[in-house]
Amino acid sequence: MLNKTGIPTAEDVKTVSPSEERFNKGPVAIIECFQEIPCNPCTEACKQGAIQPMEDINNLPKLDFNQCNGCGVCLSRCPGLAIFIVDATYSATEAIVRIPFEYAPVPQVGEKVVGLNRAGEELGTFNVHKVQSGGQKNKTYTIWLVVPKDLAMDVRGIRLGGIRHAN
Amino acid sequence: MRITEHPILDFKRGEEVTFFYDGQELKGFEGETIAAALHAVGVRVLGHSQTMHRPRGLFCAIGNCSSCLMVVNGEPNVRICVEKLKSGMRVETQQGKGCLK
Amino acid sequence: MPKVKEIEILIIGGGPAGLSAASAAADLGASVLVLERDDKPGGQLVKQTHKFFGSKKQYAGDRGYQIGNFLIEQCEKNPKVEVWNETTALGIYEDGVVTAEGQGKHLKINPEKIIVATGASEKMIAFPNNDLPGIYGAGAVQTLMNVYGIVPGQRVLMIGAGNIGLIVSYQLLQAGVEVAGIIEAAPTIGGYLVHASKIRRAGVPILTSHTIIEAYGQESVEGAVIGKLDEQWQLIPGTEQDLKVDVICLAVGLSPLTELCFQADCQMKYVPELSGHVPLRNKYLETTRLGLYVAGDVSGVEEASSAMVEGRLAGICAAYSLGYGNDVAPKLQAEALAELSELRAGPAGQKTLKGIIKLMDKGGAAC
Repeated sequence: MLNKTGIPTAEDVKTVSPSEERFNKGPVAIIECFQEIPCNPCTEACKQGAIQPMEDINNLPKLDFNQCNGCGVCLSRCPGLAIFIVDATYSATEAIVRIPFEYAPVPQVGEKVVGLNRAGEELGTFNVHKVQSGGQKNKTYTIWLVVPKDLAMDVRGIRLGGIRHAN
Repeated sequence: MRITEHPILDFKRGEEVTFFYDGQELKGFEGETIAAALHAVGVRVLGHSQTMHRPRGLFCAIGNCSSCLMVVNGEPNVRICVEKLKSGMRVETQQGKGCLK
Repeated sequence: MPKVKEIEILIIGGGPAGLSAASAAADLGASVLVLERDDKPGGQLVKQTHKFFGSKKQYAGDRGYQIGNFLIEQCEKNPKVEVWNETTALGIYEDGVVTAEGQGKHLKINPEKIIVATGASEKMIAFPNNDLPGIYGAGAVQTLMNVYGIVPGQRVLMIGAGNIGLIVSYQLLQAGVEVAGIIEAAPTIGGYLVHASKIRRAGVPILTSHTIIEAYGQESVEGAVIGKLDEQWQLIPGTEQDLKVDVICLAVGLSPLTELCFQADCQMKYVPELSGHVPLRNKYLETTRLGLYVAGDVSGVEEASSAMVEGRLAGICAAYSLGYGNDVAPKLQAEALAELSELRAGPAGQKTLKGIIKLMDKGGAAC
């Protein structure tokens, strides 16, 4: 179905999700890369040795959840914007989802934004906890959203702002 | 319409210049193409086809397709998608094949 | 300037393949001249805002325009590379002379080797009113938006869910333009699924097995009618939808720009997997016209990452054949060939591989 709609299915997502136990240990990367394409920057981004080097550059990334500390360097490097960080330990009821963002305007800390699922459907209004700039060259922002725990594996996008042109 | 805020790109525009489109005074920026300047002010119909008189607009924007021919400073058949805008330029809709004066 | 410009290697086209060829050949010591039709080199790279795939060797993780700027700088820094902008190659003659038009002048160049890196042009599809203003090739939308900072309109229908259709849709969103949807006649998305997912989660529908039935509008596009296709690619009656859009963007594939190869009498072959007529060539990218190499989309439409590697390979081979880099060239050739195999090894590269096998299979033995 993913190759007909662009929406990863629940089964797809399951294959890249860590265990409940791992979620309870702190932030972890979710690599939503489901197609073999020639691409390996994530393997070089990971300084924890959690994303194993690829034998063939077309391989899917393999993440060792136990080595991953959720630092998020891979998120900002992935050319496909397919990596998210989920921290289910943020509070008793809430989780943090970190989302790569390359649109303007960039949400600001404390702002409320509309969170979207993988199909672009609205899931609610969530607080922006932190905004990380990718820097001059990288330019991909990482937006930290506070979401209810049960939505941590569903919120994957942020509704875009209005039209932003002069005249 | 011009993009004022872009997440990745910065647009370095040249000096603002005045040009004339079918006699109408318009503004654009040096360094951009005539087609870009016309688009920025919403002019999308650049002419009409010779036989069927169907409206013609920009199609390839890199000088391949000849859909954007106009008369520039009296010279017909100028591909305005690659011709750069200059101050005071007279850009006119071309009738038919155009003729050299 | 003398009547005829003498040069060791002439490269026609200053895109990713041409620029990579230029610095590779110049690094080995050859003198290189690049002809670029546009007012600056870089080709389509300068219009790409997304990060590239591949590995570090192909600048993966850097954005297309950044890679373009890097390749341009690399050539500018190299005293062995000369670039003539706003110069269009016109013909390759029997005696090896290449003619060009540059800034109103008719130019003659007499190179020892030629690398044709002319790229590709956009395909068109047939539907009623496909000539209305507001219908653009995807490249035109990129040029307007990412070179000049001007949006093509307010609401766009994208036709084609290959990488270009997906990427340009994303670029439209980045420019603040609404994308009403992406339609694709094939039953599945052709481009990388990570691109598709990125656009989908921004709320843009991707409709596979859908086609455009017609565009409408008085003087420019006011809307489009689309419909669903069955398994035989026939329109299913009753599935028509009317979309109010002021832009229709065509991203329905590219054709290799091979006019110069035909004219130079290279042996050509039609290979659908490579998107059209392409010149026969050996693994070092030399065509049946000896001393004429091809690199990038002109030798078969593919990603820019492989175009850069092909360019590098052609540049090395052309310089090596002139006696440069005898110590290192074989190793560099092997490295480039290995990179190409690597890039094409996965499922995404199967079509290209199949095409190349077809191309080299019959009649390709001559070179």
